[in-house]
Amino acid sequence: MEITTLHYLVVAAALFIIGTIGVLTRRNVVIILMSIELILNAVNLNLVAFSRLYGLHGQVFSIFVITDAAAEAAVGLGILIAFFRNKETVNADEIDLLKF
Amino acid sequence: MFFLNHIWIIPLLPALGAALMFFFGRKLSKSAVNFFCVGAVVVAFVFSCFTVLQYTGWADAHNHQPFEKIVYTWLGSDTGHLGYTTASGGAADFHVDAGFFLDPLSAIWLLFVTGVGMLIHIYSIGYMAHEGGYYRFFGYMNLFMFSMLTLILGNNYILLFVGWEGVGLCSYLLIGFYFLKKSATNAANKAFIVNRIGDAGFILGIFTIAWYLGSVRFTQVNEVARSGIFHIGDPTLTLACLLLFVGACGKSAQVPLYVWLPDAMEGPTPVSALIHAATMVTAGVYMVARSNALFVLAPDAMKTVAIIGAVTAIFAASIGLVQNDIKRVLAYSTVSQLGYMFLALGVGAFAAGVFHVFTHAFFKALLFLGAGSVIHALSGEQDMRHMGALAHKIPTTFRTMLIATLAIAGIFPFAGFFSKDEILWQAWSSENGAFRALWYIAYATALMTAFYMFRLIYLTFWSPSRVEHEVEHHIHESPKSMTVPLIILAFFSLFAGFLGWPHSLKGSNRFEKFLEPVFAREAVESENTGKAVQLAPGKKEEEHSNPTEYLLMILSLGAAFAGWGLAKRSYGKATEGYREPIDRVAPPAYQVLYNKWYVDEAYDYLFTGRRKLGPFRLGAMGAGEAAWAFDANFVDGGVNGAGWTTRAIATLSVWWDKWIIDGLLVNGIAFVTRIASYPVRLIQWGLVQWYAFVMVAGILGFVLYYVFR
Repeated sequence: MEITTLHYLVVAAALFIIGTIGVLTRRNVVIILMSIELILNAVNLNLVAFSRLYGLHGQVFSIFVITDAAAEAAVGLGILIAFFRNKETVNADEIDLLKF
Repeated sequence: MFFLNHIWIIPLLPALGAALMFFFGRKLSKSAVNFFCVGAVVVAFVFSCFTVLQYTGWADAHNHQPFEKIVYTWLGSDTGHLGYTTASGGAADFHVDAGFFLDPLSAIWLLFVTGVGMLIHIYSIGYMAHEGGYYRFFGYMNLFMFSMLTLILGNNYILLFVGWEGVGLCSYLLIGFYFLKKSATNAANKAFIVNRIGDAGFILGIFTIAWYLGSVRFTQVNEVARSGIFHIGDPTLTLACLLLFVGACGKSAQVPLYVWLPDAMEGPTPVSALIHAATMVTAGVYMVARSNALFVLAPDAMKTVAIIGAVTAIFAASIGLVQNDIKRVLAYSTVSQLGYMFLALGVGAFAAGVFHVFTHAFFKALLFLGAGSVIHALSGEQDMRHMGALAHKIPTTFRTMLIATLAIAGIFPFAGFFSKDEILWQAWSSENGAFRALWYIAYATALMTAFYMFRLIYLTFWSPSRVEHEVEHHIHESPKSMTVPLIILAFFSLFAGFLGWPHSLKGSNRFEKFLEPVFAREAVESENTGKAVQLAPGKKEEEHSNPTEYLLMILSLGAAFAGWGLAKRSYGKATEGYREPIDRVAPPAYQVLYNKWYVDEAYDYLFTGRRKLGPFRLGAMGAGEAAWAFDANFVDGGVNGAGWTTRAIATLSVWWDKWIIDGLLVNGIAFVTRIASYPVRLIQWGLVQWYAFVMVAGILGFVLYYVFR
């Protein structure tokens, strides 16, 4: 059986949905950040898959996205550590300072 | 020249004795204390004798100049580091040497201070033998000798002031020697505080001299004063002299600052003899005599001195007439005799005043030491009402005291006759009789002096015994160490006057001749410039004897014998419960005199603030309190009122700011905004995941909408 573009897209969509559900349902910020990584990687998979059809632009762009993901993870974890020092929690439910 | 060049050793000796007592006195035995302290003064006296002897030889060769020995520069420098501008606009350099100064005036003081001091130190060996604090007593006495010698030998006003304060301190320490006795410590405080008043005047006088004449050194001050650049009666000089005299009033117990001296009798008797009769209280006389070049330029100040002196003389004598404490009689007598000395200075007879200081030192020290011997014999009894008939029981004390009494009463040929007669004559004749009114006062005082002194002698020695029985058994003559000084002082009380045997009695008045280099003759106004020209010191014109002088002599002898006779009549047979003659004649007058003219009470009303009228304190302290009340209620009331008003306005402003600005405007707007925010807030959960969920749901909604449309 030949692996077609559609297979990649299905895997990417599955990854995206798992990531989205992770972001929406999990309370631990670390896991939320991991879920965001899943979403980004789903997008990367899409870009790489489409580059099969439309040239290398998608692959190049996915490199940028990986860099961006790394930076995002660093910044996100930094904020998390700073926050943990103040409130001693990594639970997203308790991050509610903006609430009245 | 050895002694002259090493004159600084004289004050150093007692200073070493005092230092030794201060550091090691507690551990030393009584004989060791005697050896160091009495020895120091004996050596100082011998040294002084040789020094003065050498000075007389030196002075003959040096035109009778004062001898000055500067040891080192104490304040200031030769390069003008402490420069200032004098009153005349000239530049002066404030310069004080630790320098020593010897001229005939200080030589006389030096001799009798060390001489009488030595005798009193020896006497104290016997008198203080049974007292606690033996080494403390002698330490203070030596410290006193050191201060007094600094005072005498200093070559400038500042050093004189140092000694002046030193003797004041020692006076305070020794009056309060029996510090467990409340009255003694009170008396010490009184002496110290009253002296502060005088000292304030004195130091202001020194400032005035430094500012006006540009120096505080005696030789320079005298030189400037005699250089003929000042008018007679120059107001600043008059002020300076009056300020100096305020200091003299304090130290030498003149009206109105005499009140401390009678109370000073709380101290041990040798202290009364040394400090409060013979030496320290004459420091004021010394200072005025030392400043004679200034005083002759200020006739008003001279008049003040003469009047204060005469008033003090008769005032103190009148109190002395009726006192019962043997030492207090002598204290008032001292005040009175000091008044005589100032009278002499005031009428321009400086030498006569100094002569009286000299003779007075012997007979008054003798009287005090004799009184001490009497008190010693009677186991501490000081009240003359409980004495009598002691003449045969303590014969040496009696004989010596009788000599001193004859001397102070002014009976020929004892010492007091010559000095007192000289003062009376000068008061009569000076300035062509300008001071003759004062002669009458002085003459009345002479009568009183004779009366109260013979009253003392009769009540103590001659009248029938009123001694209490248990005391009577213990009456004993004092030990040798006490009687020998008495005998020596008696010798001088008898013969010291011969030094001033007047010209009118075919004498040569060697004493006055010796002092001539020190005292200028009176200032004469120069016709050309209108400024004062003083004859150079030592150019005194020969005195001619005058028939009036003989008459005055006979009159003063008459007064002395009249006083004696009155005393004999009143007290010759004074038995238990006798009544004072003044009390019999005029009881109110007796009450006034017995209560010392109520001066202490008046001072209580006027100055000390002990008296109150209702809630209000009287006198100067009361004025102070009134000023305080005015300040507290009126001035501070204004201040506080302003503060209160500001505060009230501020409170109003705060209220306005708090309720109107902050409350209505700021918080009001915020409140309204907050109320308005409630509906909006309902959908603002603040939970990021909820927002993400809404977002995803929205996206899904849109996607589904577009897919199934």
